[in-house]
Amino acid sequence: VGISKIIVNVHLKPEILDPQGRALLNALNRLGLEGVVDVRQGKQFVMSFDDEINDSKLSEIKNIAESLLSNPVIEHFSTELR
Amino acid sequence: MTANVAVITFPGSLDDTDALRAIEIAGGRAVPIWHSEKSLNSVDAVVLPGGFSYGDYLRCGAISRFSPIMENLIDAAKGGLPVLGICNGFQILCESHLLPGALTRNNHLHFICRDQKLKIENNSSAWTRDFELGEEIVVPLKNGEGCFVAEEKVLDGLEAENRVIARYVDVNPNGSRRDIAGISNAAGNVVGLMPHPEHAVEALTGPTTDGLGFFTSILKSLVNNGRVSA
Repeated sequence: VGISKIIVNVHLKPEILDPQGRALLNALNRLGLEGVVDVRQGKQFVMSFDDEINDSKLSEIKNIAESLLSNPVIEHFSTELR
Repeated sequence: MTANVAVITFPGSLDDTDALRAIEIAGGRAVPIWHSEKSLNSVDAVVLPGGFSYGDYLRCGAISRFSPIMENLIDAAKGGLPVLGICNGFQILCESHLLPGALTRNNHLHFICRDQKLKIENNSSAWTRDFELGEEIVVPLKNGEGCFVAEEKVLDGLEAENRVIARYVDVNPNGSRRDIAGISNAAGNVVGLMPHPEHAVEALTGPTTDGLGFFTSILKSLVNNGRVSA
Protein backbone atom coordinates (compact mmCIF):
# COMPACT_ATOMS: atom_id res chain seq x y z
CA VAL A 1 0.00 0.00 0.00
CA GLY A 2 1.04 3.62 -0.51
CA ILE A 3 3.52 4.97 -2.98
CA SER A 4 6.50 5.56 -0.73
CA LYS A 5 7.94 3.80 2.26
CA ILE A 6 10.29 4.60 5.06
CA ILE A 7 11.92 2.10 7.35
CA VAL A 8 12.91 3.13 10.86
CA ASN A 9 15.36 0.81 12.60
CA VAL A 10 15.68 1.09 16.37
CA HIS A 11 18.44 -0.58 18.35
CA LEU A 12 19.79 -0.40 21.89
CA LYS A 13 22.88 1.74 22.38
CA PRO A 14 26.04 -0.35 22.55
CA GLU A 15 26.54 0.27 26.27
CA ILE A 16 23.03 -0.96 27.17
CA LEU A 17 22.83 -4.62 28.13
CA ASP A 18 20.61 -6.57 25.72
CA PRO A 19 19.54 -9.69 27.64
CA GLN A 20 17.37 -10.87 24.73
CA GLY A 21 20.34 -10.69 22.39
CA ARG A 22 22.39 -12.61 24.93
CA ALA A 23 19.74 -15.35 25.15
CA LEU A 24 19.71 -15.55 21.35
CA LEU A 25 23.51 -15.82 21.29
CA ASN A 26 23.28 -18.83 23.60
CA ALA A 27 20.68 -20.39 21.30
CA LEU A 28 22.82 -19.77 18.20
CA ASN A 29 25.77 -21.43 19.89
CA ARG A 30 23.57 -24.43 20.76
CA LEU A 31 22.39 -24.59 17.14
CA GLY A 32 26.02 -24.84 16.04
CA LEU A 33 26.38 -21.49 14.23
CA GLU A 34 30.12 -21.07 14.30
CA GLY A 35 31.93 -17.79 14.83
CA VAL A 36 29.00 -15.75 16.15
CA VAL A 37 30.18 -13.65 19.10
CA ASP A 38 27.40 -11.14 19.67
CA VAL A 39 23.70 -10.63 18.93
CA ARG A 40 21.79 -7.41 19.39
CA GLN A 41 18.02 -7.42 18.98
CA GLY A 42 16.28 -4.36 17.54
CA LYS A 43 12.96 -3.21 16.14
CA GLN A 44 11.95 -2.22 12.63
CA PHE A 45 9.02 0.01 11.68
CA VAL A 46 7.86 0.18 8.05
CA MET A 47 5.65 3.18 7.33
CA SER A 48 3.85 3.66 4.01
CA PHE A 49 2.73 7.05 2.74
CA ASP A 50 0.22 8.16 0.10
CA ASP A 51 2.72 10.59 -1.45
CA GLU A 52 6.45 11.09 -1.91
CA ILE A 53 8.37 11.69 1.33
CA ASN A 54 9.86 15.19 1.03
CA ASP A 55 12.38 16.82 3.33
CA SER A 56 9.80 18.35 5.62
CA LYS A 57 7.96 15.02 5.97
CA LEU A 58 11.29 13.31 6.62
CA SER A 59 12.08 15.70 9.42
CA GLU A 60 8.61 15.10 10.94
CA ILE A 61 9.25 11.36 10.77
CA LYS A 62 12.62 11.78 12.48
CA ASN A 63 10.98 13.75 15.27
CA ILE A 64 8.48 10.95 15.79
CA ALA A 65 11.27 8.36 15.62
CA GLU A 66 13.07 10.20 18.39
CA SER A 67 10.05 10.91 20.60
CA LEU A 68 7.88 7.81 20.22
CA LEU A 69 9.48 5.00 18.21
CA SER A 70 12.74 5.12 20.15
CA ASN A 71 13.77 6.20 23.63
CA PRO A 72 16.94 8.28 23.18
CA VAL A 73 18.03 7.42 26.73
CA ILE A 74 18.71 3.81 25.71
CA GLU A 75 18.24 3.56 21.94
CA HIS A 76 19.51 4.86 18.59
CA PHE A 77 17.48 4.94 15.39
CA SER A 78 18.25 5.12 11.71
CA THR A 79 15.99 5.68 8.71
CA GLU A 80 15.99 4.19 5.19
CA LEU A 81 13.82 5.57 2.39
CA ARG A 82 12.43 2.98 -0.01
CA MET B 1 -10.48 19.40 54.27
CA THR B 2 -8.44 16.45 53.16
CA ALA B 3 -6.20 16.19 50.12
CA ASN B 4 -7.47 15.06 46.74
CA VAL B 5 -5.05 12.54 45.28
CA ALA B 6 -5.76 11.39 41.73
CA VAL B 7 -4.98 8.02 40.21
CA ILE B 8 -4.76 8.00 36.41
CA THR B 9 -6.10 4.88 34.72
CA PHE B 10 -4.66 4.06 31.29
CA PRO B 11 -5.95 1.25 29.08
CA GLY B 12 -4.19 -1.74 30.65
CA SER B 13 -3.51 -0.23 34.08
CA LEU B 14 -4.23 -2.84 36.73
CA ASP B 15 -3.11 -1.48 40.09
CA ASP B 16 -5.25 1.66 39.93
CA THR B 17 -7.90 0.23 42.29
CA ASP B 18 -5.32 -0.69 44.92
CA ALA B 19 -3.74 2.76 44.60
CA LEU B 20 -7.14 4.44 45.09
CA ARG B 21 -7.73 2.23 48.11
CA ALA B 22 -4.30 2.98 49.61
CA ILE B 23 -4.99 6.72 49.36
CA GLU B 24 -8.31 6.33 51.20
CA ILE B 25 -6.76 4.11 53.90
CA ALA B 26 -4.05 6.74 54.43
CA GLY B 27 -6.78 9.33 54.97
CA GLY B 28 -6.89 11.09 51.61
CA ARG B 29 -9.70 11.49 49.11
CA ALA B 30 -8.97 9.30 46.08
CA VAL B 31 -9.96 10.71 42.69
CA PRO B 32 -10.02 8.34 39.70
CA ILE B 33 -9.13 10.00 36.37
CA TRP B 34 -9.32 8.35 32.95
CA HIS B 35 -6.29 8.96 30.74
CA SER B 36 -8.26 10.63 27.95
CA GLU B 37 -9.27 13.52 30.22
CA LYS B 38 -7.40 16.70 29.36
CA SER B 39 -7.34 18.28 32.80
CA LEU B 40 -6.34 17.18 36.28
CA ASN B 41 -8.71 19.88 37.56
CA SER B 42 -7.57 20.86 41.02
CA VAL B 43 -6.16 17.66 42.48
CA ASP B 44 -3.35 18.04 45.02
CA ALA B 45 -1.23 15.07 43.93
CA VAL B 46 -1.23 12.28 41.34
CA VAL B 47 -0.38 8.57 41.33
CA LEU B 48 0.46 6.83 38.05
CA PRO B 49 -0.34 3.20 38.85
CA GLY B 50 1.23 -0.08 37.85
CA GLY B 51 0.05 -2.40 35.13
CA PHE B 52 0.59 -2.95 31.45
CA SER B 53 -0.70 0.22 29.83
CA TYR B 54 -1.21 -0.27 26.09
CA GLY B 55 -0.08 -3.87 26.59
CA ASP B 56 3.52 -2.66 27.01
CA TYR B 57 3.53 -2.30 23.21
CA LEU B 58 6.59 -0.55 21.73
CA ARG B 59 8.23 0.06 25.13
CA CYS B 60 6.65 0.05 28.59
CA GLY B 61 4.98 3.43 29.11
CA ALA B 62 5.96 4.78 25.67
CA ILE B 63 2.42 5.15 24.33
CA SER B 64 0.82 6.24 27.62
CA ARG B 65 3.32 9.06 27.76
CA PHE B 66 1.34 10.65 24.89
CA SER B 67 -2.12 10.16 26.46
CA PRO B 68 -4.18 13.39 26.53
CA ILE B 69 -3.91 13.79 30.34
CA MET B 70 -0.10 13.69 30.18
CA GLU B 71 0.31 17.17 28.69
CA ASN B 72 -1.35 18.72 31.74
CA LEU B 73 0.41 16.31 34.09
CA ILE B 74 3.91 17.02 32.72
CA ASP B 75 3.39 20.80 32.99
CA ALA B 76 1.96 20.46 36.50
CA ALA B 77 4.78 18.16 37.65
CA LYS B 78 7.35 20.66 36.37
CA GLY B 79 5.46 23.28 38.39
CA GLY B 80 5.74 21.25 41.60
CA LEU B 81 2.66 18.99 41.65
CA PRO B 82 3.56 15.83 43.60
CA VAL B 83 3.51 12.76 41.33
CA LEU B 84 4.28 9.16 42.30
CA GLY B 85 4.80 6.64 39.51
CA ILE B 86 4.69 3.02 40.61
CA CYS B 87 6.13 0.31 38.32
CA ASN B 88 4.47 1.07 34.96
CA GLY B 89 3.94 4.58 36.35
CA PHE B 90 7.72 4.84 36.91
CA GLN B 91 8.24 3.72 33.31
CA ILE B 92 5.82 6.41 32.11
CA LEU B 93 7.68 9.09 34.13
CA CYS B 94 10.98 8.04 32.54
CA GLU B 95 9.44 7.98 29.06
CA SER B 96 8.10 11.49 29.79
CA HIS B 97 11.62 12.59 30.80
CA LEU B 98 10.28 13.81 34.14
CA LEU B 99 12.78 11.35 35.61
CA PRO B 100 16.16 10.39 34.12
CA GLY B 101 17.17 6.94 32.93
CA ALA B 102 15.04 4.09 31.63
CA LEU B 103 13.62 0.77 32.77
CA THR B 104 14.71 -2.16 30.65
CA ARG B 105 14.16 -5.90 30.55
CA ASN B 106 15.16 -7.67 33.79
CA ASN B 107 18.74 -8.84 33.35
CA HIS B 108 17.68 -12.48 33.90
CA LEU B 109 14.77 -12.13 31.43
CA HIS B 110 12.17 -13.57 33.82
CA PHE B 111 9.13 -11.79 35.19
CA ILE B 112 9.64 -11.58 38.94
CA CYS B 113 7.06 -11.45 41.73
CA ARG B 114 8.27 -11.47 45.33
CA ASP B 115 8.09 -9.63 48.65
CA GLN B 116 11.08 -7.32 48.42
CA LYS B 117 13.10 -5.63 51.15
CA LEU B 118 13.98 -2.00 50.47
CA LYS B 119 15.99 0.62 52.29
CA ILE B 120 14.65 4.17 52.34
CA GLU B 121 17.60 6.33 51.27
CA ASN B 122 15.88 9.72 51.20
CA ASN B 123 13.11 10.75 53.54
CA SER B 124 12.88 14.37 52.43
CA SER B 125 10.87 13.85 49.24
CA ALA B 126 7.15 14.59 49.12
CA TRP B 127 6.41 10.87 49.07
CA THR B 128 8.87 9.55 51.71
CA ARG B 129 8.93 12.03 54.60
CA ASP B 130 6.93 9.72 56.87
CA PHE B 131 9.77 7.14 56.87
CA GLU B 132 12.90 7.09 58.98
CA LEU B 133 16.11 7.58 57.04
CA GLY B 134 17.62 4.14 56.47
CA GLU B 135 14.36 2.39 57.42
CA GLU B 136 13.98 -1.07 55.90
CA ILE B 137 10.57 -1.97 54.55
CA VAL B 138 9.06 -4.96 52.72
CA VAL B 139 6.60 -4.48 49.85
CA PRO B 140 5.66 -6.60 46.82
CA LEU B 141 7.71 -6.32 43.65
CA LYS B 142 6.43 -7.61 40.31
CA ASN B 143 7.96 -6.63 37.02
CA GLY B 144 9.39 -7.84 33.75
CA GLU B 145 11.05 -4.56 32.79
CA GLY B 146 12.37 -3.19 36.07
CA CYS B 147 16.08 -2.92 35.38
CA PHE B 148 16.90 0.74 35.98
CA VAL B 149 19.67 1.99 33.70
CA ALA B 150 21.22 5.39 33.09
CA GLU B 151 24.60 6.73 32.03
CA GLU B 152 27.26 6.58 34.75
CA LYS B 153 27.37 10.36 35.05
CA VAL B 154 23.57 10.44 35.49
CA LEU B 155 23.83 7.80 38.22
CA ASP B 156 26.63 9.79 39.89
CA GLY B 157 24.44 12.89 39.72
CA LEU B 158 21.48 11.08 41.31
CA GLU B 159 23.68 9.93 44.18
CA ALA B 160 25.34 13.31 44.64
CA GLU B 161 21.97 15.10 44.74
CA ASN B 162 20.50 12.51 47.13
CA ARG B 163 17.85 11.55 44.59
CA VAL B 164 17.99 7.79 45.13
CA ILE B 165 14.79 7.29 47.17
CA ALA B 166 15.06 3.56 47.86
CA ARG B 167 17.46 0.72 47.16
CA TYR B 168 16.96 -3.05 47.00
CA VAL B 169 18.33 -4.89 50.03
CA ASP B 170 19.66 -8.50 50.13
CA VAL B 171 18.75 -9.27 46.51
CA ASN B 172 18.92 -7.10 43.42
CA PRO B 173 15.86 -8.57 41.69
CA ASN B 174 16.26 -7.19 38.18
CA GLY B 175 19.79 -5.95 37.57
CA SER B 176 19.06 -2.28 38.35
CA ARG B 177 22.20 -0.17 38.41
CA ARG B 178 23.44 0.48 41.96
CA ASP B 179 20.46 -1.48 43.37
CA ILE B 180 18.18 1.49 42.65
CA ALA B 181 14.49 0.81 43.34
CA GLY B 182 13.27 4.40 43.20
CA ILE B 183 14.41 7.93 42.36
CA SER B 184 13.09 11.47 42.50
CA ASN B 185 13.41 14.56 40.34
CA ALA B 186 15.64 17.41 41.55
CA ALA B 187 12.77 19.17 43.35
CA GLY B 188 11.66 15.97 45.11
CA ASN B 189 7.99 16.23 44.06
CA VAL B 190 8.19 13.55 41.34
CA VAL B 191 9.08 10.05 42.52
CA GLY B 192 9.32 6.81 40.54
CA LEU B 193 9.32 3.48 42.34
CA MET B 194 9.49 0.00 40.83
CA PRO B 195 8.08 -1.97 43.83
CA HIS B 196 4.43 -1.66 44.85
CA PRO B 197 3.65 0.10 48.17
CA GLU B 198 -0.07 0.15 47.31
CA HIS B 199 -0.15 -3.64 47.75
CA ALA B 200 1.22 -3.38 51.30
CA VAL B 201 -1.32 -1.24 53.15
CA GLU B 202 -3.49 -3.84 54.90
CA ALA B 203 -2.51 -6.87 57.00
CA LEU B 204 -5.11 -9.06 55.29
CA THR B 205 -3.61 -8.81 51.80
CA GLY B 206 -0.10 -7.40 52.10
CA PRO B 207 3.13 -8.88 53.43
CA THR B 208 3.30 -5.79 55.69
CA THR B 209 1.62 -2.41 55.93
CA ASP B 210 4.94 -0.66 55.20
CA GLY B 211 3.67 0.73 51.89
CA LEU B 212 1.24 3.02 53.65
CA GLY B 213 4.14 5.36 54.47
CA PHE B 214 4.27 6.65 50.87
CA PHE B 215 0.62 7.66 51.03
CA THR B 216 0.71 9.16 54.53
CA SER B 217 3.87 11.02 53.43
CA ILE B 218 2.11 12.83 50.62
CA LEU B 219 -0.83 13.80 52.83
CA LYS B 220 1.61 15.25 55.37
CA SER B 221 3.58 17.05 52.67
CA LEU B 222 0.41 18.68 51.38
CA VAL B 223 -0.57 19.86 54.85
CA ASN B 224 2.94 21.12 55.57
CA ASN B 225 3.15 23.18 52.39
CA GLY B 226 -0.31 24.63 52.94
CA ARG B 227 -2.06 22.98 50.00
CA VAL B 228 -4.65 21.54 52.36
CA SER B 229 -5.48 22.11 56.00
CA ALA B 230 -4.94 19.38 58.54
